[in-house]
Amino acid sequence: MERIVFYILALIIIIFAFASVTSRKMLRSVIYLLFVLSGIAGVYFLIDYNFLAAIQLTIYAGGIIVLIIFSVLLVHHIEMRLEIAKTSRKITTGIACLLGLGVFLFTIYSYRFNVVENSLTTNVDEIGIKLLSYEAGGFILPFEVISVLLLAAMIGAIIIAKGNKLSENNNQTK
Amino acid sequence: MILLSITENIHNWLFSIMPEGVASIVEMVLIAVVYLTIFAVAGLFLVLLERRVAAWFQLRIGPNRVGFQGLLQTMADAIKLLTKELTGTERADKFLYNLAPYFVIISALMALAVIPFTKEFHAFDINIGIFFLIAISSIGVIGILLGGWSSNNKFALIGAMRSGVQTISYELSVGLSLLTMVVITGTLQLSEIIEFQKNGWLIVQGHIPAIIAFMVFMISGTAETNRAPFDMVEAESELGAGFHTEYSGMKFAYFFLAEFINMFIIAAIATTMFFGGWLSPFGITESIPWLGVFWFLAKTMGLVFLMMWFRWTFPRLRVDQLLTLEWKYLLPINLVNMVVMALIVWLNLTIRF
Repeated sequence: MERIVFYILALIIIIFAFASVTSRKMLRSVIYLLFVLSGIAGVYFLIDYNFLAAIQLTIYAGGIIVLIIFSVLLVHHIEMRLEIAKTSRKITTGIACLLGLGVFLFTIYSYRFNVVENSLTTNVDEIGIKLLSYEAGGFILPFEVISVLLLAAMIGAIIIAKGNKLSENNNQTK
Repeated sequence: MILLSITENIHNWLFSIMPEGVASIVEMVLIAVVYLTIFAVAGLFLVLLERRVAAWFQLRIGPNRVGFQGLLQTMADAIKLLTKELTGTERADKFLYNLAPYFVIISALMALAVIPFTKEFHAFDINIGIFFLIAISSIGVIGILLGGWSSNNKFALIGAMRSGVQTISYELSVGLSLLTMVVITGTLQLSEIIEFQKNGWLIVQGHIPAIIAFMVFMISGTAETNRAPFDMVEAESELGAGFHTEYSGMKFAYFFLAEFINMFIIAAIATTMFFGGWLSPFGITESIPWLGVFWFLAKTMGLVFLMMWFRWTFPRLRVDQLLTLEWKYLLPINLVNMVVMALIVWLNLTIRF
């Protein structure tokens, strides 16, 4: 049963990943990308990583895709098509993709995976405790670094959005 | 007990006559059919309720001819919509145009699946329940954005853009106000949250911050379902019908039904998180568990009525007022409220019976 569901999900992910890069209509390829990301969330649900699956749905499907759709709505007209890339560029991209695929396959096949007999689902409080623990195996440092990064991004967004107004106010006070 | 024995009997009967794999698939299909029926019936009933409530507020009678007190009116409307021609605009993106209503419906159905109607009538009791609801609610807007863009119509496009802005902003408040309550319960699983409320509903346990969180949740929930006074998405006087201007027949009905189901879902989440879900007040019917459905629906309908009351009382906001309300008032209030709630839980100031 789980095997069948996994193969269906894998098929969905692969088909829509191809469709996403070959479609010439921009919004359609965004939607195909959404299907790919939801399929990955489905794989997480299948292996009982509920929290990760919900994160995948919130951040990628709900956040990133909505933002991409938003920017497509702003810049793209419904009758426009994406242009076909040059042959030389196609070849370079193909080689780069094959190289990446080779690295992935080599790592996956050279690593010996442990088979877990009874998979236990991770609780949210375990994740929270791990995230804030400063003992061995804790994630307090990356957590703090990410919060600083987010703060910097927020301030940057405000400065970009208000750019002119801020400097005008400063000049007036001088 | 009746519901429990029905579901258990069906479960046992299915597994006795079929091999295990087939039986579980049949069971899943049955559950899906039950939820689709709930979706359709609840949606149609809510449409009727809205019309009757609107009529009451405006001193009219409202639909009362088809069936007893107009109970079959919306059913007749649905059948009429089924027979209508499905039109579309020229040079619209047909694939996305047809796909958009299903996004809205599927996200509504997925949210419906995790809502606990009673202890037994709970399709998907996942250990991150409330977080799953927040995650799902962020997907529904994609359907609206797609529908607005792919119908190749300026009004629809503007409606969809407004909807996107509104939903992305108000999602934050919905999530944070629910997280404020999670601070008390310490769990995200909906069944455990309800068990926790046997010592008093959360709105009583968390007193002042809980009431503030409830108010913020109802405001932002109304905004997230795109209902008046926040219906910038389909402001009739400005945009025709907003993102579903070009939709007709059953596809329009999908959007329409999903809007009402979303309202039901927001009310149901509020019931679960603040008013004890299927628990009876003061435990008066604790010995009769199947009455849980009654209590759950009674509380939910009360909150749905509250949302309808909003709709027919307040005038529509402007877009800038809408965003000011969220970013300058609700979000800071929410953040402070969460700290206050954490303090109250830390100092053990919650009220428990």
